[in-house]
Amino acid sequence: MTAVFLETPKRLVDVEIDGRTVRVPEGATLLEACRSAGIDTPTLCYLENLTPVNVCRVCVVEVEGSRTLVPSCSRAAETGMKVHTDSERVRTSRKMVLEFLSSSADLSLASADVQRWIAEYGADPSRYGDPEPPHAAGARDATRPGEHEAATDGAEAATVHQPVKYDNDSYVRDYSRCILCYKCVEACGEDAQNTFAIALAGRGFDARISTEFDVTLPDSACVYCGNCIGVCPTDALMPASEYHMRQEGTWDESQQTVTSTVCPYCGVGCNVDLHVQDNTIVKVTSPLESEVTHGHLCVKGRFGYEFVQNRPDEQ
Amino acid sequence: MDLKLSAEQKATAAEKAAVDKVIGPSETGWDGGERQARDAHVAFGGHAARSRRHLLIGVLHAIQEAAGWISPGALDYACERLTVPPAEAYGVASFYALFRTAPSPGAVVHVCDDIACQVNGAEDLCERMKRRFGDAGTEAAFDGSGVTWQRSPCLGQCDRGSAALIQRAGGQPARVQIAPADPEKIWSYLTDPQSQGTPAEPTIRSEEEGADGPGPAPRLLTRVGAVDPESLGSYRAAGGYQMLRRAAGLGRHGTLREVKEAKLLGRGGAAFPTHIKWDAVASNPVRPHYVVCNADESEPGTFKDRVLMERDPYALVEALTIMGYACGAEQGYIYIRGEYPLAESRLAHAIETARAQGFLGGDVMGEGFAFDIEIRRGAGAYIAGEETALINSLEGRRAEPRNKPPFPAQNGLFGKPTAVNNVETLLSLLEILRIGGPAYEATGTENSSGSRLWCLSGCVSSPGLYEYEFGATLREVIDGAGGVRDGRSLQAVLLGGAAGAFVGPDSLDLPLTFEDARAAGATLGSGVVLVLDDTVDLASLLRRITQFFRDESCGQCVPCRVGTVRQEELFARVASGTPFSAERDLFADIASVTRDASICGLGQTAVSAVDSAVKLGLIPGASS
Repeated sequence: MTAVFLETPKRLVDVEIDGRTVRVPEGATLLEACRSAGIDTPTLCYLENLTPVNVCRVCVVEVEGSRTLVPSCSRAAETGMKVHTDSERVRTSRKMVLEFLSSSADLSLASADVQRWIAEYGADPSRYGDPEPPHAAGARDATRPGEHEAATDGAEAATVHQPVKYDNDSYVRDYSRCILCYKCVEACGEDAQNTFAIALAGRGFDARISTEFDVTLPDSACVYCGNCIGVCPTDALMPASEYHMRQEGTWDESQQTVTSTVCPYCGVGCNVDLHVQDNTIVKVTSPLESEVTHGHLCVKGRFGYEFVQNRPDEQ
Repeated sequence: MDLKLSAEQKATAAEKAAVDKVIGPSETGWDGGERQARDAHVAFGGHAARSRRHLLIGVLHAIQEAAGWISPGALDYACERLTVPPAEAYGVASFYALFRTAPSPGAVVHVCDDIACQVNGAEDLCERMKRRFGDAGTEAAFDGSGVTWQRSPCLGQCDRGSAALIQRAGGQPARVQIAPADPEKIWSYLTDPQSQGTPAEPTIRSEEEGADGPGPAPRLLTRVGAVDPESLGSYRAAGGYQMLRRAAGLGRHGTLREVKEAKLLGRGGAAFPTHIKWDAVASNPVRPHYVVCNADESEPGTFKDRVLMERDPYALVEALTIMGYACGAEQGYIYIRGEYPLAESRLAHAIETARAQGFLGGDVMGEGFAFDIEIRRGAGAYIAGEETALINSLEGRRAEPRNKPPFPAQNGLFGKPTAVNNVETLLSLLEILRIGGPAYEATGTENSSGSRLWCLSGCVSSPGLYEYEFGATLREVIDGAGGVRDGRSLQAVLLGGAAGAFVGPDSLDLPLTFEDARAAGATLGSGVVLVLDDTVDLASLLRRITQFFRDESCGQCVPCRVGTVRQEELFARVASGTPFSAERDLFADIASVTRDASICGLGQTAVSAVDSAVKLGLIPGASS
């Protein structure tokens, strides 16, 4: 006899969003409610396969009765809530979050959605003056918590710009693009890999993603699963293959095909998407919605594809 | 957990000994000890191995005190002992200002240049420090291991003009506060800790209102100066521990009812009704419950909790015990900022003697309930005073605030129901029990019951700690401290500290109550009354406030992490000559997002003082 387990039916709750009644299962977040109602809600630190950390605050909405705006990604919908997603306060906060991030980090490789939100909300990074010159390698890693680096005259906007960290063959870390969304830390830690090679270090504007004492990745606990790359919203983390091609100017997504297949290594059967340009695999990802991987892979699935390209005619 | 420990230099014997002193020697080869044959046949890991994470900050303190910095080898050893990944432990060590993660001179002098000290010549003191010890951050020769000095946020000695904290490695004691501070006093202390000028017993100008002073007899300050803070007998002779007996007589529900009827509002800054927190914890079926005293007093201009803890430590121990009893908790924590060594040692002594005499432990005062208290020392982070950040810090993590809901009463320390209250709030509990909730509620004003401590600092004749029943006006409070010093005229008053608001001379008749302050768009915050006369350079004071928030933001959420920086840059531009009118729109946007979208109170109030200064027309070109 085969037992069939049915999920306990969930109660439904009605929330009012922008004057419309939206019905969602109990426990659903306001973000899910907004999206189910077709309301475009920007997110940066949110990802379906990670625990919400609600730090970017770009998804905030106004809930009547709440003194401050609330992060829709982590607030559960409750019956009777009246939510506004397009009020003046919401629009200002979203614009400012996007403006703060685009004036302090390089968002040029963030998704098309992010570029659209920046335009739609009218974020203007030039309001803060010219960006300050990039920090020397390691300078941001050497800051002392609470130490004040006085802004001289405020003419230049503080940024996180710094040289790329390239210390292994698999991937590079370009922290000039980092918006501190915590996703890589979560993927390296409890939400996926349980390796804990990286964490938040420092504090305030000097906070950064770091290994212990900023040691190189080969010296750290990193196992090169690349799950941090998979979740990074700004391409601050990038496979070395892609980084090289971008440096050479040969990276061209319009010339790439994506082939979905199954990882050939072990018996788990992870879904992999092979990104191929000029008949060469240039990147491997896994679909977020895959029931096997939830977007995560291991070092073999993500980086162990060279043998495919070891073709006789090239030897 | 599979830890990769890769430091080239292993921990020194001294570093290991410091760690072992906190958490005991290691038992097997798995947690940093000698590898034994049987280690190959035992499993080590899981929850048991990870359950000591909360001891991490105490261990880091021990390493810092032994070696002057937290070296990679020492960090690895701490990680091995506590089963914490090194990257996470480094994240914790690099979060707190009293920890150093690079080689450091053996002595570090933290010189306060925050708002209250600014008014009393902090820049002049820093200039003299520079002449004596060289530029801030550089190393001067001293005792073989060197000395350096650096600027510090508020050290909670605002009534004494200027303050410094000396942090020493290997020496005894490891931390000491010097106030008022000057370079020669610091030097003579460094060279001879027993020398004159050692502030063994700080002089505190706390005004005890009596028959001849304004207002009724003191309540919170009744024992300050009257009891020996190092004697349980002296405390008991002054009526100590009678309130705990009374609470036990009333029972848990009776005690909770008194607090509810007293309408006590929290004194830490947020003015949240105390009984709501307590009821939520007491009625929560999840066990165990925890109670926490927030003694991380760091709001610039605030020193009331330090005085209470230094001069009346047993009262806090008794009050926290009553809170634990009422909330059904068997374990309480006092989280005290690392800059308060004297208060910490007095509290530790009080807890020890109370435990030895049955006032803490398995059967408190024979009343049939168990309760004990542990002190946890902060490590230099204003944000750790935010209650959820404090809880994270207690768990051995970075003091990053948590998103609410869930509130600590549902999901607090170690995921359990937790109530967190400020020192002054807890001491008010003793008065509530003494006179009864309804009688307490009848004091003060309709929506602000009881009395309140005011930290008078800045340009007043007699800075110090003053207690008034709610309802006293700002003028009465300032006049009670002798008025503006040297007969100067008043320019403004900063109420509530850096997270508070400025009010002008036209607000002197403002009654200092929660409701009147709110109606006036101000806040009482943590009880700061920083008086500023017409000689004070408000522009540089505002700069200091914007720097404070930039330095103290935890960096977790974007509005605060970047907003505090952009706010500081904006006021740097104004200081360099840009008219504020050109920055008005940008300031309004920065104010809007930090206030509306930050995770916690730090970000939400990071613009409030500056905003109030703009509205008062205290910034040239900003009057609207």
